[in-house]
Amino acid sequence: MSNENPTHDGAPPADEVAVAPEIRRILESPAFAELRTRRRRFAALLTVLMLAIYYGFIVAIAFAPGWLATPISGVITLGIPLGLGVIVAAIVLTGVYVRRANGEFDRLTATAIRSALS
Amino acid sequence: MSRAMKRTMTAAAALLAPLPSFAAALEGQAVKQPLNATAILMFLAFVALTLGITYWAARRTQSRADFYTAGGGITGFQNGLAIAGDYMSAASFLGISALVFGSGFDGLIYSIGFLVGWPVIMFLIAERLRNLGKFTFADVASYRLDQRSIRKLAAAGTLITVAFYLIAQMVGAGQLIKLLFGLDYNVAVVLVGVLMIVYVTFGGMLATTWVQIIKAMLLLGGASFMAFMVMRHVGFSVEDLFEQAVAVHKDGVAIMAPGKLVKDPVSAISLGLALMFGTAGLPHILMRFFTVKNAAEARKSVFYATGFIGYFYILTFIIGFGAIVLVGTNTFYLDGTSPAGGLRGGSNMAAIHLAHAVGGDVFLGFISAVAFATILAVVAGLTLSGATAVSNDLYAHVFKRGKADEQDEIRVSKYATVALGILAIVLGIVFEKQNVAFMVGLAFAIAASANFPILLLSMVWRGLTTRGAVIGGSLGLLSAVTLTVLGPAVWVKVLGHATPIFPYDAPALFSMSIAFAGCWIGSVTDRSARARIEKSRYIEQLVRAETGYGATGASSH
Repeated sequence: MSNENPTHDGAPPADEVAVAPEIRRILESPAFAELRTRRRRFAALLTVLMLAIYYGFIVAIAFAPGWLATPISGVITLGIPLGLGVIVAAIVLTGVYVRRANGEFDRLTATAIRSALS
Repeated sequence: MSRAMKRTMTAAAALLAPLPSFAAALEGQAVKQPLNATAILMFLAFVALTLGITYWAARRTQSRADFYTAGGGITGFQNGLAIAGDYMSAASFLGISALVFGSGFDGLIYSIGFLVGWPVIMFLIAERLRNLGKFTFADVASYRLDQRSIRKLAAAGTLITVAFYLIAQMVGAGQLIKLLFGLDYNVAVVLVGVLMIVYVTFGGMLATTWVQIIKAMLLLGGASFMAFMVMRHVGFSVEDLFEQAVAVHKDGVAIMAPGKLVKDPVSAISLGLALMFGTAGLPHILMRFFTVKNAAEARKSVFYATGFIGYFYILTFIIGFGAIVLVGTNTFYLDGTSPAGGLRGGSNMAAIHLAHAVGGDVFLGFISAVAFATILAVVAGLTLSGATAVSNDLYAHVFKRGKADEQDEIRVSKYATVALGILAIVLGIVFEKQNVAFMVGLAFAIAASANFPILLLSMVWRGLTTRGAVIGGSLGLLSAVTLTVLGPAVWVKVLGHATPIFPYDAPALFSMSIAFAGCWIGSVTDRSARARIEKSRYIEQLVRAETGYGATGASSH
């Protein structure tokens, strides 16, 4: 390590965050535990979904290009709606996350902070 | 034949060669054209407007927070547009539509790769980043780790990413402007550099954001009009569009299915990783999250950005197919002298020719001016993030150990902007005749392998220590650069060797694995007292990351 000094240099976090009691109370509030569990599960689910959709598409291109070339209507192949579908899925999944996070999750967050400050 | 058209048409060389497997290709030399008056007038109007905004922004930019993050007062919608502006470069507009024009479906595969990083940013990074950070992503990565070591590493990652991205943009700008406006290459590069310095030094993040927003609206508006005119031509029938394209394209029905873009599964996966996680490690993108007031606005920004970028890629797909039908069949746009019968001015002129085909000389001038504005906005964002790494990370935290005077820091940031601008001009001129096609790919690979792993792990893994982050981040940076140099894009295409030492263009699969492994091994073997303190501080960081409690909000004016 280039820097042997174990102290922190007083950057934003170290001196701006009021540590200890209220942090402890937020940590121990039921709303915070609920928030963490729900959000972690939801974010993990959506991440896995997005990765599966994208890498499913990439794997199909690498191993089954013939399947993607199957005509479905005139010259339009299966690959066209699937490809455009990946774009739409990316937009929809982010939208789904924002909706729940800015509603339910932010309400839980507010509850956790309120319970800690009262 | 109109005069404006003739000028553009007679361009002899490709601005961007057919895209290789990665990123914006910026190969080949453009031939200087006679001055294009319509385009220049429209561009001057854009410059006048943005300088006006810079003047307005300069009066509102006093504090450090104003300069770096527009005081945190940008709304989610505005920031979404600005992010989209940062991401939709001239190279992606011209390059992707050209790829669709040349090989159809492959262009779609390519653009999808650039989009899928956004949901990942949303689910894994956006809200934690906003809650923990203030000005740079190093604020977040160094939150509970050793400030000086982590900031040095993050600043190196930022500056190297920015440098490669900037060179590619500057060279692209010079070539494009020579081709579209008839200006000398050096004049074009200096013009871009000087304007960008003015926006950033005087207007800071507020001016940079609004330049970005205006450019995004112009680009989305212009591309929407082109796609609309294409659809009108085919009677708003998607099926007719594809049928007509297949009927006239030299590859026929093959353009409707995957072609040669994806060579093998390893390359495909490696490229996918670089695009997906590189987006989540680009410093100028990460910095945008600090311009909004809280996590809720940060999430909205990602949603709007994803929507605009996704919509834009769908437009480029329609524009590419429209160009096959309207441009590829019209001898007016074809280069009669070449045996292959390609487009005049090179394959990347597809969207530019289409602009003329659907909107005449005036619209051609408009699209040319938008392309110029696009480059200008992208380089301004890049420069601001590089300057912030110098002033906030290196000067204020490494050199002054967190005790820098605010006005001094702003001054350093402005000097850094001027220095980076001059450096960009010089490098743009030095690299004029070089093949810089690999540079955007390299920027993404470094962002994915050096910046992203330490940022993500510092937020979600309690066990990460300074030692682990420094080892992992440095190894990621080193391996991304080394493997790119030894790979086909540099070893063969730039250095002229017969066969590459490393067989793949995209190193991310390997360099990211090395980075994560380095972070892990370096951390678990770290038995120092400092490591124990760092792990114990994770709890406090976790609460702030998850709730935003104690996070910096919008500054009041």
